[in-house]
Amino acid sequence: MFILKNIRYKNILSIDSLEIPSGKVTCITGESGSGKSTLLKLLNNLISPDEGEILFKGNSVDKINPVELRRKVVMLSQNPVIFDGTVKDNLLAGLVFANKQLPSQQRLSEVLEQVRLNKEFEQNADSLSGGEKQRLSLARVLLMDPEVFLLDEPSSSLDEATEHFIIDGLVNHTRQSGKTLIMVTHSKKVAEVFSDYEITIADGKVSGRRYK
Amino acid sequence: MESIIDLHFWQLAAAYIFILILMFLVRFKGIPREKDILISSLRMTFQLILVGYVLSYVFDNSNPLFTILIICLMETFAIFNIYKRAKIIIPKRLKKIIALSMVTGSISCLLYFLLIVVRISPWYDPRYFIPIAGMIVGNSMTGVTLGVNRLVEGINSQKHKVEAALMLGATPKAASRQIVNNAFDSAILPTVNSMVGMGIISLPGMMTGQILSGTSPLVAVKYQIAIMLGILGSVSLTVFIFLQLGYMTFFNSRSQLEV
Repeated sequence: MFILKNIRYKNILSIDSLEIPSGKVTCITGESGSGKSTLLKLLNNLISPDEGEILFKGNSVDKINPVELRRKVVMLSQNPVIFDGTVKDNLLAGLVFANKQLPSQQRLSEVLEQVRLNKEFEQNADSLSGGEKQRLSLARVLLMDPEVFLLDEPSSSLDEATEHFIIDGLVNHTRQSGKTLIMVTHSKKVAEVFSDYEITIADGKVSGRRYK
Repeated sequence: MESIIDLHFWQLAAAYIFILILMFLVRFKGIPREKDILISSLRMTFQLILVGYVLSYVFDNSNPLFTILIICLMETFAIFNIYKRAKIIIPKRLKKIIALSMVTGSISCLLYFLLIVVRISPWYDPRYFIPIAGMIVGNSMTGVTLGVNRLVEGINSQKHKVEAALMLGATPKAASRQIVNNAFDSAILPTVNSMVGMGIISLPGMMTGQILSGTSPLVAVKYQIAIMLGILGSVSLTVFIFLQLGYMTFFNSRSQLEV
């Protein structure tokens, strides 16, 4: 899905060669500050490398319209971001930004269940707790159902049971629909249980790759 | 209508008693503002006397070149004043957009106002052109200054929201829409608010001046209504052009936020 060649980004990341497979669950692990989030941002083209090339499905990312790319390769940031408005406004935000068709009320309810968020649609989203905001942000990305999910620590503020439930649902969905999931995680257990491929980053370099 | 009472030198000098009282008060209270008050009063006096002589000369020697030169000076002064009054160091690209929006927005409204609404003849008549240009350019300058500050503050303080929207596939325009709308709102609000209190809380300067100089209050009111609409139009158009082009300077060709 992605091929990275001789990537340099400031003094943060330096990757000589890396391939991220299509239709698989890839987990990126490593210490904080090692460059994991920077790697996701490069894949989403939110930033561009100073040197090197990133290919998405064989095409250089530099040649692809960045907005079109991000609609296929949707990224969820580490700190949940809530836009002004209600829970429903926030659920729909991604689809509205991407000019996609809005789903039915039933589909919205399903997604909220999928992330275990039992909230009214009309509730002000800013009143949610940190963990609830994280789940709402994740639900927003799930609704978009892109080709590639880039998730940066999607379960960092969740308890272990909720984390397992949500990631399990997400992984099942991506496997069944043939999508690609690339997830930064601090949890060795999540990487162990769910990933098909694990990349470890240390000091801005790929220090480990493991297929399962 | 009676003609206006001219002020003799001693009458004008007597008005400075207010400055003396203020100087005495701040010194008595130990407020360190004496120097600013003195300098401001002297600058105001000097600048107004100078402009009085310049306008007298220009009115007596009506010439399109003088009118064009003065409007260019006004625009230049207004644009540099925006650069100075902004709370941040303005990037070069944004400076160009400030200049472009000020010139296109305020000049187009000014010309519409003078040539279509008031229908002055000749088109460069400095007695109408210069004071009305001053009001339109001055108010647009205040609007754009507010717009610049709100846009930059908005992008800086909500960088995470803009980036989150981009990550989801938003265009830069959609990602900064809320910030641009808020900046527009803040920039035109003072003009809208000033219209609400007009005639009740305050008698506007231009109308008061016309009444003092012997114009019928009804004529003065008509001019005031027209100029307020012209000012609102110019502030809105100038700020709109600035914001519609200005937000783009925060993004590069790869639709990445560069802050």
